[in-house]
Amino acid sequence: MLKEAKREGFSFSIYLLFTAILLAVLWICVAVGSVFVTPSDIVVAVWRTICGLPIPEGIAQSIIVFIRIPRVLAVALSGAALSICGAAMQGLLRNPLADGSTLGVSSGASLGAVLAIAFGLNIPGFANGGVMLMAMTFAFLSMLIILGLAYRLDFSLSTNTIILIGIIFSMFVNSIVNVVVTFAGEKVKTIMFWTMGSLSGSDYQDVFILCVALLIGGAILLHYSRELNAFAIGEDNARHVGVNVRRVKLVVMIAVSILIGVCVSIGGTIAFVGLVVPHMARMLVGPNHRRLLPASLFGGAVFLLLADLLARILLNPLELSIGVVTSFVGAIAFVYIFYISRKGKS
Amino acid sequence: MNMLEVKNLLVRYGDLTIVNDVSFSVAENQWVMLVGPNGAGKSTIVAAISQGIPYQGQVCFEGENIASWKPVHLARNIGILSQQHYVSYAFRVEDVVRLGRYAHSSGLFSSGDDEDQRMVEEALEMTGLKPMRRQTITTLSGGELQRVFLAQIFAQNPRLLILDEPTNHLDLVYQKQVFGLIQDWARQPGKAVLSVVHDLNLVKSYGSDAVLIHRGKSVAQGNAAQVLTREHLQEAYDMDVYQWMNDLLQQWQE
Repeated sequence: MLKEAKREGFSFSIYLLFTAILLAVLWICVAVGSVFVTPSDIVVAVWRTICGLPIPEGIAQSIIVFIRIPRVLAVALSGAALSICGAAMQGLLRNPLADGSTLGVSSGASLGAVLAIAFGLNIPGFANGGVMLMAMTFAFLSMLIILGLAYRLDFSLSTNTIILIGIIFSMFVNSIVNVVVTFAGEKVKTIMFWTMGSLSGSDYQDVFILCVALLIGGAILLHYSRELNAFAIGEDNARHVGVNVRRVKLVVMIAVSILIGVCVSIGGTIAFVGLVVPHMARMLVGPNHRRLLPASLFGGAVFLLLADLLARILLNPLELSIGVVTSFVGAIAFVYIFYISRKGKS
Repeated sequence: MNMLEVKNLLVRYGDLTIVNDVSFSVAENQWVMLVGPNGAGKSTIVAAISQGIPYQGQVCFEGENIASWKPVHLARNIGILSQQHYVSYAFRVEDVVRLGRYAHSSGLFSSGDDEDQRMVEEALEMTGLKPMRRQTITTLSGGELQRVFLAQIFAQNPRLLILDEPTNHLDLVYQKQVFGLIQDWARQPGKAVLSVVHDLNLVKSYGSDAVLIHRGKSVAQGNAAQVLTREHLQEAYDMDVYQWMNDLLQQWQE
């Protein structure tokens, strides 16, 4: 089993390369912005902050350490989480267009979060905890509803059925969100700010939570890469080779719900990352999940970092929402994938 | 002891009874053919045995009811080749075949990587897929794809093979080759085959036993020659199959 994982997965040097690229992009993203910071200043600021040493004058410690770095880390972790979720869902459902946003799971998570904000649901001692828990729960419930409906309508879970149900579900959920907003009173501002989707105000607590969620959810998904390969060839085939389809499906769905729920509760809905990145990764490294999942993880982090960078510098000093950039790129990619897959079938 | 024992199998979809009180068994080294017209319930019987759909009655493997078996245990003993294969992603031929080893290489009772690799190589060799092992399955023809999944099931190396129309999409050359392969496989100690087959000629040539299904019920079962009589076939197919077969044969002889 170990040898097989080695044969099908990436070698250590490829992981080193991925890490090097990610670190380089992280560094650029911390450096570039409304105030340019030199790479050496970043190292000095981080090192001196960790060691508790005084910061030399001229180095914008607060910008680097308390604004840029947490934001950049939150962006990278969200990108990685959303992408690995997309890759896993696409394998599980044997559907290259499946993703949190196209399935309506992100919308479901948003509804949970909005309800939590509107009704002031909170977990004592854990800021944002209520929003997070509700987002995760609603993400999972949405997935159950969408897949349940899709199975009833079309057992083969064809692309059209899933996408259609996802769109209808999203519209339905968004209408409920609007109703909640109407009655939200003075909380409207908080909700509107949150629904715009932004990671710009992320702090180290967000980074920590994203990190924990990605460690748990990511580890579960990576653990099931072989099973996801079997699902990607067909659920029946997976069952026939001995995969416990029910358990794997449930656990993967829970892992995806946790990840999407946490991402949505921290950064709002960031569409299409989970769709575009796994697709590009599949073109580069093939459909085997032992390679696809790690490639999506790193690719997602880099993709969202670059999208965030664009959002910051395109209209400088104005800042675009990160969701605008990903939706712009994603919508074009979505049409392209749909076109290619349709053309392949005809 | 019989390897597979199906007792009073009943499958319903809503008010519709698809399989009605079907019982039969498969013993070691037997190749039992499930035959009957389209919609008779043959594939539903296979789906029930593979635990893919809910059913009433019992399906036992060497005396044990398999309903409570874990999927991995089931896959080590019973291998199923379905009629339909989906190709959504460009997996390589050898990756698909290697998935057949899933039940053997996961969990505590792993048979080891070398054994897995040997079985994969053997399966590729048997099905003639070695030259195209690195090709992606999206580029294959229907017949080639069928061979890939056949190789997967050979790599899985179960005790009992259940094949739902194994020669679907295969041309005559490969039909002959595949049936020869399965026949050799069934003759190994501790192995047996159950298959759904439409071509009655193949049933006669290769099947040791047959179960004739009509409208969800077993019309006749036993030795293949005894099952495929003119009367039984007339009842199941609602036409004179013997006459038609002879007419066809005559055209070849003229």
